[in-house]
Amino acid sequence: MSSFLALTPDDWEIIRLSLKVSLVAVALTMPIAFGLAWVLARLRFPGKLLLDGLVHLPLVVPPVVTGWLLLLAFGANGPAGRWFADWLGIEFMFRWTGAALAAAVMALPLMVRAMRLSIEAVDPRLEGAARTLGATRWRSFLTITLPLSLPGVLAGAVLGFARSIGEFGATITFVSNIPGETRTLPIAIYSALQVPGGEEAVTRLAIISVLLSLGALIASEALSRRAGAGRGGHVL
Amino acid sequence: MSFEISVSRRLGQGVIALDMAGGDGITALFGPSGAGKTSILNMVAGLLRPDRGRVAVAGRTLFDGDAGIDLAPERRGAGYVFQDGRLFPHRRVRANLLYGARLATPEARATGLDIALDEVVAFLGIGHLLDRWPRTLSGGEAQRVAIGRALLACPRFLLMDEPLASLDAARRDDIMAVIERVRDEFGLPTLYVSHDRAEVERLATRIVAMPQRDTA
Repeated sequence: MSSFLALTPDDWEIIRLSLKVSLVAVALTMPIAFGLAWVLARLRFPGKLLLDGLVHLPLVVPPVVTGWLLLLAFGANGPAGRWFADWLGIEFMFRWTGAALAAAVMALPLMVRAMRLSIEAVDPRLEGAARTLGATRWRSFLTITLPLSLPGVLAGAVLGFARSIGEFGATITFVSNIPGETRTLPIAIYSALQVPGGEEAVTRLAIISVLLSLGALIASEALSRRAGAGRGGHVL
Repeated sequence: MSFEISVSRRLGQGVIALDMAGGDGITALFGPSGAGKTSILNMVAGLLRPDRGRVAVAGRTLFDGDAGIDLAPERRGAGYVFQDGRLFPHRRVRANLLYGARLATPEARATGLDIALDEVVAFLGIGHLLDRWPRTLSGGEAQRVAIGRALLACPRFLLMDEPLASLDAARRDDIMAVIERVRDEFGLPTLYVSHDRAEVERLATRIVAMPQRDTA
């Protein structure tokens, strides 16, 4: 039994890769998600509904379609893909960077939702009070809006991390299933299921998967409770 | 004249318009709720932009629609006391009091009220509250802290928006006495909004009736 649950070096590599992909995805998405959340929470402009819809699209479109769209845009011949390759030297095809990009796109709507709620919960009249006390718009944002929304923002980031760990459809469509590059936990489980006698590996990886996601969800919920003490701080 | 206000602003169904002047001491803006008194204060503070008109306090133009002058709220030198205190919930009382004081420029110190934390704390009797969180304060305590925070931001003038409205009768008397002492001690021109006649008659040097909102 003990040998059954002992992780093999391959398992460890899969876990390391999954953590790397998810952490990079969340770290890069966080400022973008926060910016979008702030814009959606605080500004009124024509086209806001459209932007809101676009942000949420990955939540409702079949992941395989999102993966295919990423392939068109960020593939070797896609306009965005060429731009990243030429200017930043970053390639996505069949690389872990592509897996991170797919995870980021899929996590974005969840992160924006959670962050938007926490920004909307900050009374804009507090920002007004800060202005009359001598704070510029920027300083009032840094000293009032940001700290008051921070627990919710972190909860959104942790939720995005959990979503990234579980990302499957868009990733396998976009960057395929390459051991050591794009074979993250869910894709490794899928692969093991295709192999006769792979049940042990499936069980091990599935348990890890559940533990990681559960831990992230609990962390996210704890953070949003802190954020919304009395405001009802659920992000799901 | 301390306050020269001539503004109009379309808001929702109606138009809020006021043409008034006020001298030293407390000028009370008196009228029924819904007349737009708070909107007038917000226009003086720079939180709400008038459609047209002019706002000047103590000879300094804060807004002039024709001349294209519109000072940012942080440069107007308003000490704004809100109806609900509006303390920052993530900062203790001490940090709330010092929020504006820490941001005050040398120019603000030279031209506005320059007063030390200790002085304000003693004046308002809030020394025992300094390490408390705002949510643990009673309504009267919160309003004292809000007044202190406004005084410490080196204001050139004060705006008070129904500062007694959320208090019970005993606390109202208490805070009214504080406001009288602020008026007599610091001599800051004050624009005071209320719908309570007795309160206005006790505090105000001059009373301006807020006209009903024109529904156009």
